[in-house]
Amino acid sequence: MIDIVVLGLNHKTADISIRECLAFSPVQTEDALDRFRSVDVMDEVVMLSTCNRVELILASHDPDAATDAARRCLSEWKAVEIERFASALYNHRNDEAVRHVFRVASSLDSMVVGEPQILGQLKHAYRLATEKKTSGVVLNRLMHRAFSVAKRVRTETGIGDHAVSISYAAIELAKKIFGSLEGKNVLLIGAGEMAELAVEHLIRNRCGDIRVANRTLKRAMELAQRFQGQAVGLEEISESLVRADIVISSTGASGLVVTRDQVRAVMRPRRNKPIFFIDIAVPRDIDPEIHKLPNAYVYDIDDLQGVVDENIQDRQKEAQKAERIIDEAVIQFRSWMESLEAVPTIVSIRQKIEAIADAEMQKTFHQQPHWTEADRQAVQRMTQALINKMLHEPTQYLRRNGAMGNLPAQLDVVRKLFHLDPE
Amino acid sequence: MHALLTAAAIAYVLSSAGAIAHLYLRRDVFLQASTALLPIGILLQLVWIGESWIRLGHFPVYNLPETVTVLSCILAGVYLGFGFYIRMPVLGVFSTTLTAVLSLVASVRPTTPPVADVKVFKSFWVFFHVVSVFVGEAFFALACGIGIMYLIQESGIKNKQRGFFFSRMPSLEALDSSGYACIVVGFTLLTVGLVTGFVYAKMTWGHFLSWDPKEVWSVITWILYAVLIHERLAVGWRGRKSAIMAIVGFGVVLFTFLGVNFLLEGHHGGFTRF
Repeated sequence: MIDIVVLGLNHKTADISIRECLAFSPVQTEDALDRFRSVDVMDEVVMLSTCNRVELILASHDPDAATDAARRCLSEWKAVEIERFASALYNHRNDEAVRHVFRVASSLDSMVVGEPQILGQLKHAYRLATEKKTSGVVLNRLMHRAFSVAKRVRTETGIGDHAVSISYAAIELAKKIFGSLEGKNVLLIGAGEMAELAVEHLIRNRCGDIRVANRTLKRAMELAQRFQGQAVGLEEISESLVRADIVISSTGASGLVVTRDQVRAVMRPRRNKPIFFIDIAVPRDIDPEIHKLPNAYVYDIDDLQGVVDENIQDRQKEAQKAERIIDEAVIQFRSWMESLEAVPTIVSIRQKIEAIADAEMQKTFHQQPHWTEADRQAVQRMTQALINKMLHEPTQYLRRNGAMGNLPAQLDVVRKLFHLDPE
Repeated sequence: MHALLTAAAIAYVLSSAGAIAHLYLRRDVFLQASTALLPIGILLQLVWIGESWIRLGHFPVYNLPETVTVLSCILAGVYLGFGFYIRMPVLGVFSTTLTAVLSLVASVRPTTPPVADVKVFKSFWVFFHVVSVFVGEAFFALACGIGIMYLIQESGIKNKQRGFFFSRMPSLEALDSSGYACIVVGFTLLTVGLVTGFVYAKMTWGHFLSWDPKEVWSVITWILYAVLIHERLAVGWRGRKSAIMAIVGFGVVLFTFLGVNFLLEGHHGGFTRF
């Protein structure tokens, strides 16, 4: 009997001071896996360590001993007393452990629900485990199921659909206006931190020229150099508006920096090309009236925050859908786990062979209508005896091996050999 | 042979249902089904058109069921070709539904045998005239659908209320530029259609323009789209204004196609006779 155990801590159960003590780098993870392999009670191990979680996924025939050993290893390895982190550890078994792994893979357990990185991190952790040969039949199956569940969650729910940060929400809106951001010219007014973040997003989307306007030209030049753009003075804004497609403003000015009349005047030379203002300054830099001009769009910080809040709510709604997909997958996985015990497998082999024999006998009886009842019974007895004799050795083998370890792997082969799990 | 039209109409209605289901449920199967049904409808109608052509001896655009069948077939074909090119699944909701409505009109009205002088129809000029006008009109229909999508998407962004459509619709620029492309293509074909019509009128009746209401309204349509294209090139008319114009333009196209025949008299009148 094999149990699946998840032992770990995450951002919900442990604060950063504990997480940083227990975090493993990829190289350390490899060393740790080497060491875990020598621990007898841990049949299979996958180790996941990210900035938000440290988790050991174990398959073991003695889960209590395995948990203790894992805890001791963590403590020795990182030179932290068990008492310091024991209360932060969660210890899931079987169905709960499987559900936990599926939820982690689908990014339901993440700090930002729906963020896509975790799946890659889990895949990486699994790759290390396969390289170090610490993953076997059970965890291989579990990991592959987790990846396909995560994929289903991503395609069938809108969990990763919408942006959940201000600067990303602004980029998403820009994409809804311009389609591709490639080659779009950017005008940066002022130099707030959030504005820089937005510009970095834009650069990743291969935007065109970047102009930086700032009250102090020195700072403008610094930024322009960083983004390989061009520094301009505040008085050149009007002129820059003619070419700009996306304007990001974040000055500390107390009044408006761009007025409605200014924008109205440039719409004609712009040939009415759309222009998108992202105003992340408080007080606002961009006249909200500009939003009423045709082909001009203004979003201020509250509008963007509204978008983000709405998106977070959407994600939570989608997360419920995802939980249903996961419930289904957990049940499927349980039935696979149960099939890995000797008795059910023996029963299914016998049933399968008896069904085949029965079908063949019926065919034969049809072809031999002159057989008497006694003939038929004789054939039936003979068939039954054949089945019993032929299955005797395999049955004994599986029963004996039940106590001899690595049964799951053998059962897996046997089940495939007799094609007992049609997919 | 009437069964062909009914079958085509059923295919289009199902295609339209598939496009709507895809809009709501966002499962790719619905879109695939919707797209796969279109060529079936087109093929059925083409068989019917070919059969009628052979039976009647002329291109079947004499009465309403005939013209509407040809138009819906062309609309489905244009959407299938162009829609595939621009990848705008939401546009399918508009165009397949319009196709379905047209094909239903064609399938519920039995075709009446031609009574008037059909000699006029026995020229290849008629075929070119009708087909280029209809393909042009199909592109105007797509431009109208794209215009509606633009207005929905734009009002969402302007009102800062991103609702149901926000994530389903393409970007404003994509809508604006593909709408404009439809208008340019439609306008070019309408021009070709009108010119062939005038030339054929000169050959048949001896004068280019006989002030038939349909001719007059076609010229009005042409001028409307000419203004739209000119304004865009000259002063950069785009976005909302351009979208509204595309919708108004298609309204005029519909009036020219149907309204004129019901409300006014003329030598094109027979084409919509029941």
